[in-house]
Amino acid sequence: MIGMMDKALRHVGHLVVDGIWKLGTAGRFTGYVLTRSADSLRRPQLTLNEIYFSGTLSLIIIVVSGMFVGLVLGLQGYETLKRYGSADALGTLVALALVRELGPVVSALLFASRAGSAITAKIGIMKATEQLSAMEMMAVDPFARVLSPTFWGGVISMPLLAAIFSAMGIFGGYLIGVVIIGVDSGAFWSQMQANVDLRDDILNGVIKSAVFGVAVTLIALFEGYDAPPTAEGVSYAVTRTVVTSALAVLALDFILTSFMFTGV
Amino acid sequence: MKRTTVDLWVGVFVTAGLIALFALALKVGNATTVTASNGYSVYAEFDNIGGLKVRAPVKSAGVVVGRVDGIVLDQQKYLAKVTVRLDNRYKFPKDTTAAILTSGLLGEQYIGLEAGGDTANLAPGDRIKLTQSAVVLEKLIGQFLYGKAAEGNGTK
Repeated sequence: MIGMMDKALRHVGHLVVDGIWKLGTAGRFTGYVLTRSADSLRRPQLTLNEIYFSGTLSLIIIVVSGMFVGLVLGLQGYETLKRYGSADALGTLVALALVRELGPVVSALLFASRAGSAITAKIGIMKATEQLSAMEMMAVDPFARVLSPTFWGGVISMPLLAAIFSAMGIFGGYLIGVVIIGVDSGAFWSQMQANVDLRDDILNGVIKSAVFGVAVTLIALFEGYDAPPTAEGVSYAVTRTVVTSALAVLALDFILTSFMFTGV
Repeated sequence: MKRTTVDLWVGVFVTAGLIALFALALKVGNATTVTASNGYSVYAEFDNIGGLKVRAPVKSAGVVVGRVDGIVLDQQKYLAKVTVRLDNRYKFPKDTTAAILTSGLLGEQYIGLEAGGDTANLAPGDRIKLTQSAVVLEKLIGQFLYGKAAEGNGTK
């Protein structure tokens, strides 16, 4: 009995220490990525390739899901607002929901599962097949050559993807609300413009998505770099990337929201 | 420099992202309407501002001509001092009336300006002397009940 409890306690302690240890390593890793990022500016082609890899290739999933989220918002919003006789506020509802929350958060979740998992797999396999060690042997710094460009590619792509997501969503809401249901087009846009603020809503949404971009890309890079160099290790690392970045995005969203949207 | 296909696709992606950002800023946000930076400030004192908030619109004849810049309580007179920033394009006479109105039954509160007949215009830093406070529903109901009661006494 005591032996079992002892074992359980040891296990919990091990998990906690391990988690804190990993966090510290991740911090040092972040430092390396940031300090070696001069090369990704000096050789923009490296970063451009990464923007293509994580941004352009995520375009289709972002456009399609943004569209569908907007269509659903338009439909649900209309059904609810109709009860209070204020269907004219549909534009405001769709735009605020997308620009403030859904755009940054949902596109960050999609980005984590579409691009983050790919980044982890790429780095993990590069490490497992000793490509990173080979680079070091040739006096090429893998941080400067591979990890930093990937980081900046993700950080640049994410706000753009979130903006495309929000714009497509608003277009979807417009299609359902104005074109199909028949809400007044003028009221839809003018109420939206009257209630969406450039700084308080749109700029804060962009800041949010940039923060999510930093978080998701860093988690993906670190999990890949930290993965045990086996097929199983890489597969676990990919799973951890998606789970951890989803949790990180949602937690960060709460923190950022409580900072940004108080006192308005 | 050699151009690669990747460059083209990155260009497409970045252009699409920037267009989306600009569309959000111009079409969705209120970047095109009156901004608080180019304008002049005047202030008005109200007994009660109700639910008026900073950045609420200031309208004249239904047209947005400015925004509420700040709301403070005057510690000497115990009146709400509302600073209003008006667009440079619009000039108002010195005897303009400011009233706190509500758009619709559940809508937001805004300041309505009604121009007077004075020939001199409001200068930056001036006070709008004639004001009308927000309607407080409880007071209105109270007055109505008092009126009813008085009416009932009179007929007896």
